Amino acid sequence: MNTAAPLRADLAALSPWIPEGSRILDLGCGDGTLLAHLAATQKVRGYGLEIDPANVRAAVARGVNVIQADLDEGLSDFANGAFDVVVMSQALQALQRPDAVLAEMLRVGQTAIVTFPNFGHWRVRAALLAGRMPVTPSLPAGWFDTPNIHLCTVADFEALCKARGWKVSRRALLDRRHRGGLAIRLLPNLFCEQALYELRAG
Amino acid sequence: MSNQTGSVGVVTPQRFVFEQPLQLDCGRSLPHYELMVETYGRLNAQASNAVLICHALSGDHHAAGLHAPDDKKPGWWDNCIGPGKPIDTDRFFVVALNNLGGCKGSTGPTSLNPETGLPYGPDFPLLTVSDWVRSQARLADRLGIRQWAAVIGGSLGGMQVQQWSIEFPQRVRHAVVIASAPELSAQNIAFNEIARQAILSDPDFHGGHYAAKGVVPSRGLKLARMLGHITYLSDEAMRAKFGAELKSATPAFNFDVEFEVESYLRHQGQSFVDRFDANTYLLMTKALDYFDPARDAGGSLLAAYRKASARFLVIAFSSDWRFSPARSREIVRALVAAGREVSYALIDSQLGHDDFLMPIAQYHGVLRAYLQRVAEEVA
Repeated sequence: MNTAAPLRADLAALSPWIPEGSRILDLGCGDGTLLAHLAATQKVRGYGLEIDPANVRAAVARGVNVIQADLDEGLSDFANGAFDVVVMSQALQALQRPDAVLAEMLRVGQTAIVTFPNFGHWRVRAALLAGRMPVTPSLPAGWFDTPNIHLCTVADFEALCKARGWKVSRRALLDRRHRGGLAIRLLPNLFCEQALYELRAG
Repeated sequence: MSNQTGSVGVVTPQRFVFEQPLQLDCGRSLPHYELMVETYGRLNAQASNAVLICHALSGDHHAAGLHAPDDKKPGWWDNCIGPGKPIDTDRFFVVALNNLGGCKGSTGPTSLNPETGLPYGPDFPLLTVSDWVRSQARLADRLGIRQWAAVIGGSLGGMQVQQWSIEFPQRVRHAVVIASAPELSAQNIAFNEIARQAILSDPDFHGGHYAAKGVVPSRGLKLARMLGHITYLSDEAMRAKFGAELKSATPAFNFDVEFEVESYLRHQGQSFVDRFDANTYLLMTKALDYFDPARDAGGSLLAAYRKASARFLVIAFSSDWRFSPARSREIVRALVAAGREVSYALIDSQLGHDDFLMPIAQYHGVLRAYLQRVAEEVA
């Protein structure tokens, strides 16, 4: 497995949450970096789902199990409780129905790990106060060509979890370098840029 | 991307003779059989780099290269097999054969029946995919190959790959299943039945004993191939290739060839008659119809795949309606449920089922990436 390249910060942040030897499903696995890393370092087994053809090819080249699929079509290929962990990093906000996919993650997995950019961050709010759609380091695309169609704040996300009865078993609220800090602890929805959540069905 | 590399050059088919009787699923046995085989590349000292190519309905052992330097057409999968190609003959020892029951030199309906001294014709036993796989396993034994680095096939060839992985799990390291299905759909069987009826109802068929009468059921075989061709192409591909244009300025109001697509189908049908045997065509379509590994495992595809231990690569094509991507997804779903290692690529394509023979960049790219890892594993 290719472990030479440094792991993307959000993937490095969530890796310790994944138990050794677990069976995982990685939604939007990209070029398979996370799966290859976890297979090499934590004896994790599993599959990645990916829609982009170039990424599918790259993941195959990396030797991970990648299944070309559109997350918006659900996870009907997978049985209830088939995985220990279902991971989805930086894809939630690009889905047609994020709530439906989260429910699917908790159907096929014992736990779901989700990461997303916090739309409540002060830079976003400042841009909106100035009357413009935000373009920030975490959300670099313009309003017209962004893949991010369902952005949410940390508070929105937790409200959804509460409404659906999903239990937040772990969370990490980080800046864009994926570090915590006092400001985030005091005012998470204002200072967190990247949110990591581990959920369980209620 | 995929086609910039070399040819295996001029190849000579080899005949392998098997004197040990082969027990068949139909209850009969073949006392003796021969297989026509081509190989490309070199078997390494550990015999670990062998790749088996399984052919589809009308394929044969001539998968790559030329039979003579001035051949116009190379083998049927020459764009994929060769030095530096996705199935890289610099790294793999590639084995391609004409399946049992074929009409290109392997024992089949046109061969002499040792009991009568006459061609088998319709008396040649009907075969299953499993029969083929067991005959291929003996070929592997003969070649000194205990385990294939990969078994690869498209369409009916993909069914042989699946059967190999289930029936001889220890002998298949990687299984590459392309444009295939876990069994035929009713629609698929229906197409096969019309093709068979076209042949069976040809007055020149003579119950399959046409050779003895010195004729060929060419009308039936031609119709069968014309029907097949429609199902191998997408609506869009036919539209793009032929449109609905008349060959002349105005309609002639008769049943001669008036449209381009008619001309194409008649040509395809006729050239098939010149190179293929009707009894073999009947046998091949029946083998397709009978394939159902789930039936052999108590009705569960998952149970069938639990027996497998290979890693799988499953590939489907978006424009293929004969073996649609949904059928490949059934294979993937069962493999995942059985806890097997599997990757799946859906190739964006235009042509239809025939796309599995085309050098589409993404298709060959995925295949190349996968097989490069296989080559590293077995080196």
